[in-house]
Amino acid sequence: MVNSLFPLTVRDAVSKRGGVPLIGPIQLDLKGAGITVVMGPNGSGKTTLLRLLHGAARLNHGSIRWACDQEQARDAQTFVFQRPIMLRRSILDNLIYPLRTRGVSKAKAQEQAEHWAERLGLGGFLSRQAPSLSGGEQQKLALARALITDPELVFLDEPCASLDARTMKAIERILIDTRANGTQIIMSTHDMGQARRLADEVVFLLNGKVHEHTPAHDFFASPQTPEANAFLNGDIVE
Amino acid sequence: MGDFWSGLGQAAWLVLTFDSDLLAIAARSLQVSLTALLIASLLAMPLAAFLAVRRFRWRRNVIALMNALMGLPPVVVGLIVYILLSRSGPFGILGLLFTPSAMIIAQVIIIVPLIASIAHQSLRDLWQEYHDLLISMNVTQGQKIRTLLWDARRALLTAALAGFGRAIGEVGAIMIVGGNIDHATRVLTTAIALETGKGDFALALALGFVLIAITITVNFAVHWISRTESEGRW
Ligand SMILES: Nc1ncnc2c1ncn2[C@@H]1O[C@H](COP(=O)(O)OP(=O)(O)O)[C@@H](O)[C@H]1O
Ligand SMILES: [Mg+2]
Repeated sequence: MVNSLFPLTVRDAVSKRGGVPLIGPIQLDLKGAGITVVMGPNGSGKTTLLRLLHGAARLNHGSIRWACDQEQARDAQTFVFQRPIMLRRSILDNLIYPLRTRGVSKAKAQEQAEHWAERLGLGGFLSRQAPSLSGGEQQKLALARALITDPELVFLDEPCASLDARTMKAIERILIDTRANGTQIIMSTHDMGQARRLADEVVFLLNGKVHEHTPAHDFFASPQTPEANAFLNGDIVE
Repeated sequence: MGDFWSGLGQAAWLVLTFDSDLLAIAARSLQVSLTALLIASLLAMPLAAFLAVRRFRWRRNVIALMNALMGLPPVVVGLIVYILLSRSGPFGILGLLFTPSAMIIAQVIIIVPLIASIAHQSLRDLWQEYHDLLISMNVTQGQKIRTLLWDARRALLTAALAGFGRAIGEVGAIMIVGGNIDHATRVLTTAIALETGKGDFALALALGFVLIAITITVNFAVHWISRTESEGRW
């Protein structure tokens, strides 16, 4: 799959809330490495960075430039929120929703939905109401709903926070397949093991700024800064 | 108390014998108020959804106004509609005064703010829940509104029921614009007012019981429908 979004160029990007800067200024160049994992301590700005890149947080200063125009970029990317947002509809209707709003025919959307539900082990109860699913099932449904439109880029904010090992493994499996299909992934995670298993490159955030941006292998083998080293060792990073 | 029991008895008698006058009056009540409800819902619910999803300068003021208009005195609505529809008024040429259409117009004006206000509350809550997702999916404004209206349909039903209750129980406005003309614009509430004025409390009570019975039946029917829905698959 040809990816029209990258390179992504971020310059002096600042996001504020109520006049207070949440993150930035951010400088970042992403070339589309496959899976980009955003790491950093709690409150370092991972969620805000993902939302900012996606266009879901306000950009107060600086610029975020995709290789294509804004509107095209917007249509080519999806976002899976840390707390999955379920439409008050059945699993099937949650899955076909993004297809239907893009004008895909009902029959085709349904076929796709059944395929994805099967893939994520949700196939047996398509007619169940999505809000009544367990946390892990909701997370899987949110992921399927984000991937069903075949986006060029998908953002995931802590996709496996508080999930059991089996669900986590299923989700990682999907992410690896997704990468193999040429879809870029930008995700945040707390889970060091998961980052090691999935990351092609790491963006390490500290206090709302990009502290380190390196290929994953280098990051884990020899972090360039003492803060990243401390973070990898599980120490408290100031 | 005598009037009460004889009213009850008379009501039962009128209903059981399918009294044709009563049926016609009750049917007209239903026809006028259900039509008003339908029109008002078609106006109020999209408006409520629009106010939930769209930020614009005067939004808060529009919502405050909408809430304030819930308390609009029906008599004043009746008066204004009367003036507008009277022969010398701007819409006099339509010849609507003292017709069921005039009554429908008055009821629509009375219940639109009520339905819109109640609907807006639930739609706003649902929008808070959906906001990030729908923004992320980059759906159009129209799609947002349709999604909210569909997924909040149960709460919207409640809003509609409140509107229906207000419409079918309303007397001040429709008395003025309808004129309470026998076989033309007489409905349950205006008939009750008339019979009470004439001192025929038994008949007035009979009509009152029928009115209450209709209201309760409609509410039960709607609740029953939405219950089966919650147990069913959609
Ligand atoms: N809605 C908000 N209002 C005010 N401050 C916020 C809000 N969301 C996040 N922040 C602040 O912005 C910073 C970055 O938060 P976040 O992006 O959630 O970090 P992370 O995801 O790495 O834990 C933190 O200092 C946090 O307190
Ligand atoms: Mg976070």
